[in-house]
Amino acid sequence: MGMTLAEKILARASGNREVAPGQLVTCRVDKAMATDITAPLSIEVFRKMGAGRVFDPGACILVNDHFVPARDSVAADFSAAMRAFANAQKIKNYFEVGRSGICHALVAEKRLALPGELFVGADSHTCTIGALGAFATGVGSTDLAGVWALGEIWLKVPETVRVVLTGRLRRYVTAKDVVLHLVGLLGLAGARYKAVEFGGDLLAAMPVNERLTLCNMAAEMGAKTALVPPDNVTEAFFAEKGLAIERSPLPDEGARYSRTEALDASSLGPLVAEPFSPEKVKPVAALRNVKVDQVFIGSCTNGQIEDLRAAAEILRGRKVAGGLRLIVTPATQEVFIKAAAEGVLHDLAEAGAAVTAPSCGACLGGHGGVLGKNETALATTNRNFRGRMGDPTSKVYLSNPYVAAATAVAGTICHPEELE
Amino acid sequence: MRPISGKAWIFGNDVDTDVIIPAKFCATLDAKELGRHAMAGLDEGFAARVIPGDIIVAGDNFGCGSSRETAPLALQGAGIGAVVASSFARIFFRNAINVGLPIAEADGAAANSKEGNVFQIDLGAGVVTNVTTGLSYQATPFPPEIGEIIYAGGLVPYVRKRLAK
Repeated sequence: MGMTLAEKILARASGNREVAPGQLVTCRVDKAMATDITAPLSIEVFRKMGAGRVFDPGACILVNDHFVPARDSVAADFSAAMRAFANAQKIKNYFEVGRSGICHALVAEKRLALPGELFVGADSHTCTIGALGAFATGVGSTDLAGVWALGEIWLKVPETVRVVLTGRLRRYVTAKDVVLHLVGLLGLAGARYKAVEFGGDLLAAMPVNERLTLCNMAAEMGAKTALVPPDNVTEAFFAEKGLAIERSPLPDEGARYSRTEALDASSLGPLVAEPFSPEKVKPVAALRNVKVDQVFIGSCTNGQIEDLRAAAEILRGRKVAGGLRLIVTPATQEVFIKAAAEGVLHDLAEAGAAVTAPSCGACLGGHGGVLGKNETALATTNRNFRGRMGDPTSKVYLSNPYVAAATAVAGTICHPEELE
Repeated sequence: MRPISGKAWIFGNDVDTDVIIPAKFCATLDAKELGRHAMAGLDEGFAARVIPGDIIVAGDNFGCGSSRETAPLALQGAGIGAVVASSFARIFFRNAINVGLPIAEADGAAANSKEGNVFQIDLGAGVVTNVTTGLSYQATPFPPEIGEIIYAGGLVPYVRKRLAK
């Protein structure tokens, strides 16, 4: 019987010729990732488990991203615990402030996940990495400690939802709008426990950064993972770093999907998700004139160089509206360096943006742009639950970077076309 | 496993981890400290009103959002004895099992119950009962592999046992 890409990867990882949805399988893990916010608990649990060495130091990835540069002394202690663990366990893939970035963006940039791998990360947006054709799934700290100890994890083979994307994206429309549309369509639990496998002609025209955005917000549909089957774009992405991808698995012709959604993306305009749920999606025009106190451009969803370029394209030669704050956080150090070299950071700063060091910071209300009472933000992030970016009375709208930049100029939610 | 009983706190659908424990309170591993802020995103005073052993009874997709294990830890720290929901978000489901917070997936329990109703959960038999109304709900049974982790008391004792072999 034909298998989906998720099934194929789990079959290999569990040493089975075939697996079927609903089956519980114990899988060997290829890569295990944790961050400064989840690793400290994993380390404590790892010790309680009576474990000595991690299963494979070369398979472990530790990233400083959530509360860095240390927002307070507790955060500094968290990083110190992770640093000491990396040293003691001889984990080479430990990423220090100044050489780090938001874990998912960093993993893609450094090619730390390969097509066909089982990638487990102690962060809910680990599904982002499915953009590279890996089965990447988020877990909690204790699960991750179990992986460190045993090198394996139990997983229920998920049903797969297939999303077929066709057409061409219009100007100012990005993968963010495609995925916001899908979250709106399927809902917060629309893909719960399921894998989302993307297909269709539009993918061929979608570079890896856009695919990362697409897979990132599968988390907001409750998905276990999201996958883009490896193709020429994937191959070229690895070739950039001199890596050849061999025999990467693809979904079978006769694979069974629990649901198939077809979307002609040509029909999409830029979208915005209203508070307090990413599924409350509307066209930008419907929210025109909503007054905004802060615009945030960054996160694992939209903090790539392409996103910063998009923002700079709108903001170049313009100024951030009076009474509004614009905060820009490049996703990784490499993105920061590129954006600096290209003059993108200059143009954003010149327009009135506060540019911060790479971090998850503002997205989760951690630091570097936390909202106060009754404040409203528009952010290029992935979640806008109550209190997500700060005070419980604050509100967050979600959009792509073009809309975010246009809003920063206008002071109210704005379609970039209005500035032309 | 002995049946668990306690007074119910009722919640709706899509209770997310940002309200269960806002990120700003997550920079600690102390369950008691986390517990003081349990559900702070919805109700700052919630934790103070919980009596140890109380049960959360919620709708669909409980625990959606982030992977933070501090969510089930905060509930435990606040004294919550178990969570019953129509369904759970997948990472919260795993985390609760791993840290030993009893959970039961029972459809309709929240919709037909009132705050303060007394609940009894028999995980072994897979039955959730609202003792006040007398209504019973079948809980989705756990597969044996997961049962093994639950009966070991969470993933820590389970892995200890595996490593000792």
